[in-house]
Amino acid sequence: MTRVHPKTKEFIAKMALRGIAAVVILTLVSIVGYVIVKGVAVIDLKFLFGQPRSMGREGGVFPFIVSSIYITVISLAVSIPLGLGSAIYLTEYRAEGWATKVIRFGIDCLAGIPSIVLGLFGFSFFVKFLHLSWSLLSGGLTVSLMILPFIIRSSEEAIRAVPQSYREVAFAAGGTKWQSVTRVVLPCALPGVMTGIILAIGKCVGETASVIFTAGTSLRTPQSVFDSGRTLAIHFYLLVRETGASDMAYGSAATLLIAILSVNFTAYYLMRRFLRRVS
Amino acid sequence: MDKSYPLQTRNLNLYYRKFHALKDVTMSVEARTITAIIGPSGCGKSTLVRCFNRMNDTILGARVEGRILVEGRDIYAPDTDLTQLRKTAGMVFQHPTPFPLSIFDNVAYGPRVHGESRPEELNGIVEQSLQSVHLWDELKDRLHEPALDLSPEQQQRLCIARLAAVRPRIILMDEPCSALDPIATSHIEELMEELVRDYTILIVTHNMAQAARVSKNTAFMLLGELVEYGETARIFQAPKDNRTKEYIGGRYG
Repeated sequence: MTRVHPKTKEFIAKMALRGIAAVVILTLVSIVGYVIVKGVAVIDLKFLFGQPRSMGREGGVFPFIVSSIYITVISLAVSIPLGLGSAIYLTEYRAEGWATKVIRFGIDCLAGIPSIVLGLFGFSFFVKFLHLSWSLLSGGLTVSLMILPFIIRSSEEAIRAVPQSYREVAFAAGGTKWQSVTRVVLPCALPGVMTGIILAIGKCVGETASVIFTAGTSLRTPQSVFDSGRTLAIHFYLLVRETGASDMAYGSAATLLIAILSVNFTAYYLMRRFLRRVS
Repeated sequence: MDKSYPLQTRNLNLYYRKFHALKDVTMSVEARTITAIIGPSGCGKSTLVRCFNRMNDTILGARVEGRILVEGRDIYAPDTDLTQLRKTAGMVFQHPTPFPLSIFDNVAYGPRVHGESRPEELNGIVEQSLQSVHLWDELKDRLHEPALDLSPEQQQRLCIARLAAVRPRIILMDEPCSALDPIATSHIEELMEELVRDYTILIVTHNMAQAARVSKNTAFMLLGELVEYGETARIFQAPKDNRTKEYIGGRYG
């Protein structure tokens, strides 16, 4: 067999990689496109702000939007302070050693737990043991467990990427460690930390398995965090499974997707403006 | 308290885990002069200068033996206030390291860390500090622009201003010009010659010409040892130690 010329190999590799990239992008575009095209027809103000009728076969999805927002806000409110705090401790206050390895291993294990298992835990701990019953609070707390490892890891990466020289200067100016963290390290790491949080928002909004166990499936608009509620993701799961109202399901799915995409785009836009300001 | 030698070491030994980085270094730095430390890479000159504000504390496994005196006080005494020490002996680093904040916030960083929050006070300190490094006229109208937009020379000046803002008495410089071009370097050297009227300056440099130009005294280090220390002119013209002669003659480093 004759030897293939390196330039030919280069050409083949380039084409193959381009093809792979194209497949990935096409898949993404077609999933998003399909859902939005099929769902956008039912989206109007009455759909977004109306109450569901006949188990969601007709009417709107307002209660489910409210529930989704509740779940997202609760889980972020719990996991951001915990996650950021752990990340700061691991990077700034603790030398690399067996302790950090154990903690990190634990975090990775937590990240690896299937969400349905976390849901079961949330059910037995928050719903039953703590008597929070099926509520947005139970659901939000359970989801926070799911995104916590994710927030820790992404914040840790972002903090680690801050040049060591900034810390040295902060110390050399006579500051304490906490001052170097709050005044220098965190502001520099903010874009990376925010990116992690934004991706976490997507996970919160889309989470189904664990929320069904813990927040319930009530059709009513929740009045407080102690009420049961049905998120958009659960709503369209139930619509498809139990009512077969597929156009309404696509409508909910499209609402969800558009919400996530607009959060992402806004956040990236703000981030870019922020980055331009500082660097 | 020996006022005329604000920086002193007595039989200073420093280890990074098992590596013996400074060997029995005893030296005294004269007040309100520029003292240069020269030597090849890895000779311990940066390590030595970082002893005086205890920056080596941030490196894990670093261990110090012997005494280090700043303004006559043993800085490893148990009652040492690190914040106060670092206020007294400020440091300029090799690469200009402005924080990714505005020019104003960079200079105000130190005073804020030390509890100053009154706006009129901060304004005064920022103006004075920028004036001391000759940046005020250039920058007074763009104080709220990002510091990272400045040229490398301006950035290094800004770092010196940030230091001046906490009113130190000693400035430790760790190769402050090695990231700058020759013109910027000569500007910073001029600045040092002005600053030395108010400050004691200890500068680490790998640039022998720079040491010869700016310093009154020069220390030559090799492999963690202080080989020779004396007046700059004497060190460069009539070194006593053969190793100094060889280094200055361009044999190593």
